[in-house]
Amino acid sequence: MISVDAALTLGHFALDVAFENDAGITALFGRSGAGKSLTINLIAGLERPDRGRIVLDDHVLVDTAAGIFVPSHRRRIGLVFQDAQLFPHLSVRQNLLFGRWFAPKDAGAIGIDKVIDTLGIGDLLDRRPARLSGGEKQRVAIGRALLAGPKLLLMDEPLASLDSERKLEILPLIESLRDEFHVPIVYVSHAIDEVARLAARVVVLEHGHVLASGTVEDVLGAGHSAFEESRFTRSSVIAGKLAGVDTAYDLTEITHPAGTIWLAGRAGPIGREVRIITKATDITLSTAPPHNLSVRTSLAGTIARIESGDGPLAAVTIDLLGHGQLVALATRKAIDDLKLADGAQVFALIKTVALDERTVATIQS
Amino acid sequence: MAVIDLSAAEWTAVTLSLRIAVTATLVSLPLGIFMAYALARWRFPGKVVLDGLIHLPLVLPPVVTGYMLLLLFGRRGALGAPLAEYLGIVLSFRWTGAALACAVMGFPLMVRPIRLSIESIDRRLEDAAGTLGASRPWRFALVTLPLALPGVIVGAILCFAKALGEFGATITFVSNIPGETQTISAAIYTYTQIPDGDAGALRLTIVSIALAFGALIVSEIIQRVAKMRIASVE
Repeated sequence: MISVDAALTLGHFALDVAFENDAGITALFGRSGAGKSLTINLIAGLERPDRGRIVLDDHVLVDTAAGIFVPSHRRRIGLVFQDAQLFPHLSVRQNLLFGRWFAPKDAGAIGIDKVIDTLGIGDLLDRRPARLSGGEKQRVAIGRALLAGPKLLLMDEPLASLDSERKLEILPLIESLRDEFHVPIVYVSHAIDEVARLAARVVVLEHGHVLASGTVEDVLGAGHSAFEESRFTRSSVIAGKLAGVDTAYDLTEITHPAGTIWLAGRAGPIGREVRIITKATDITLSTAPPHNLSVRTSLAGTIARIESGDGPLAAVTIDLLGHGQLVALATRKAIDDLKLADGAQVFALIKTVALDERTVATIQS
Repeated sequence: MAVIDLSAAEWTAVTLSLRIAVTATLVSLPLGIFMAYALARWRFPGKVVLDGLIHLPLVLPPVVTGYMLLLLFGRRGALGAPLAEYLGIVLSFRWTGAALACAVMGFPLMVRPIRLSIESIDRRLEDAAGTLGASRPWRFALVTLPLALPGVIVGAILCFAKALGEFGATITFVSNIPGETQTISAAIYTYTQIPDGDAGALRLTIVSIALAFGALIVSEIIQRVAKMRIASVE
């Protein structure tokens, strides 16, 4: 378990954060410039806080009051950089084994063959990093950090420089770090779909401070407008259960107290808990259950609040029947025409084609 | 040598020059790498002054540098006297003194390319090595130094070439003693001061050109190999 409470001022930027992470993945979420990478550097020991205390599994790494500062090479905290930072003069194999050489003997619990196998990098071992693709580099970087036997793995936007296809390749690998290698991870990201898919808990940073922290559903449920870059990225996260597969139409059925969510294709074993990320622009509101419409997914709920200004659009937050919140974007004119107001009963309609495998995440069982 | 018929004295000058240049380069290389690293990576008070001091021999008249060495390391010099008394090391008018003069003159040429190549290494590679468990010395030995190798080679060759041709500071500090401090340059100078010395001066000039050219080719080859091993560091 990592516990962080630290403050650091660099030029005009003041960072003051406090949070904890036990098992699983904790996401550090926020816009660029919010202080995510600096927080990671503090935990890794690459930056020294002006004030604070950082504790990993009962080992005090930093305590400014007691004058304790453990240097990065004795922390046993792995770091995966956004741009991999593989050693260009060493082969993939030498890169992988670099940390192993320094690791204490008890760190040998993670088998080299298993890591190479899981990451699918067996064919790359004799190559130099310059001859790897972006996705391959990132996989080697993950393996290199893992083989040093870290007690905590920090990942600083490891997918940010990859195209969406490569992302889909790496995401399951990070899930397997969590599920198979049981390494606790602090995962930095500004992409809500990555966070919703991977993390159990999320810490939202803004301007160097913790804006919110808690479970993904609680914090990202209705998609804070504060950390969405535009209306097209505003999303919500709801949890449901994989109930079955309609083999005739190749659709997956996800149950939620507010209604059934249909998903194109298959999405993991039946009975698993899943998270669904829906964009606010993909939701249609209706005051009655839909008839004569092609939309298959309809979730019942009541309006919690309507955010609107002088602009043409309004954001409607809906308390879903049972649990969870959804945020939908509609025109202000539609709100007035339908006479929508706080407390009104509505149905949130989601086109099945708007959901794909990127927007559905299986949660660790 | 069959092509150029060198006299015994000329041979002595050539081998002495090589010995002085090699010694000057090898002895100053560790300090040069250290200085380059300090200037590239550390922030400390007096950095500008240190940087200036290192570069001073580049802009000073060599005679001035040689005379300052004589004042410092001469028999009665501030450093020369204790060195001779306690350690028995005498530099003035010895080939070791010539090596010192050459090292001082070649030092700025050595430090600069090493510093530039260290500055071009992404610090986060060293950070990455740190999070993988490597302490500072290991980070330097396994990451920084191998990546800076092309710069180290350029720096060493430049220092060697400078040492091979150094004249002003050397002749001021250790004079022009055949067999002890008379380098190729000093020998050529001596030939130009005596009647019928043209043939000897020409022979040594050809040797000089061959040595300089050889050093350049060797440096080019070593650099290419080093770059290929690193396989494009961008």
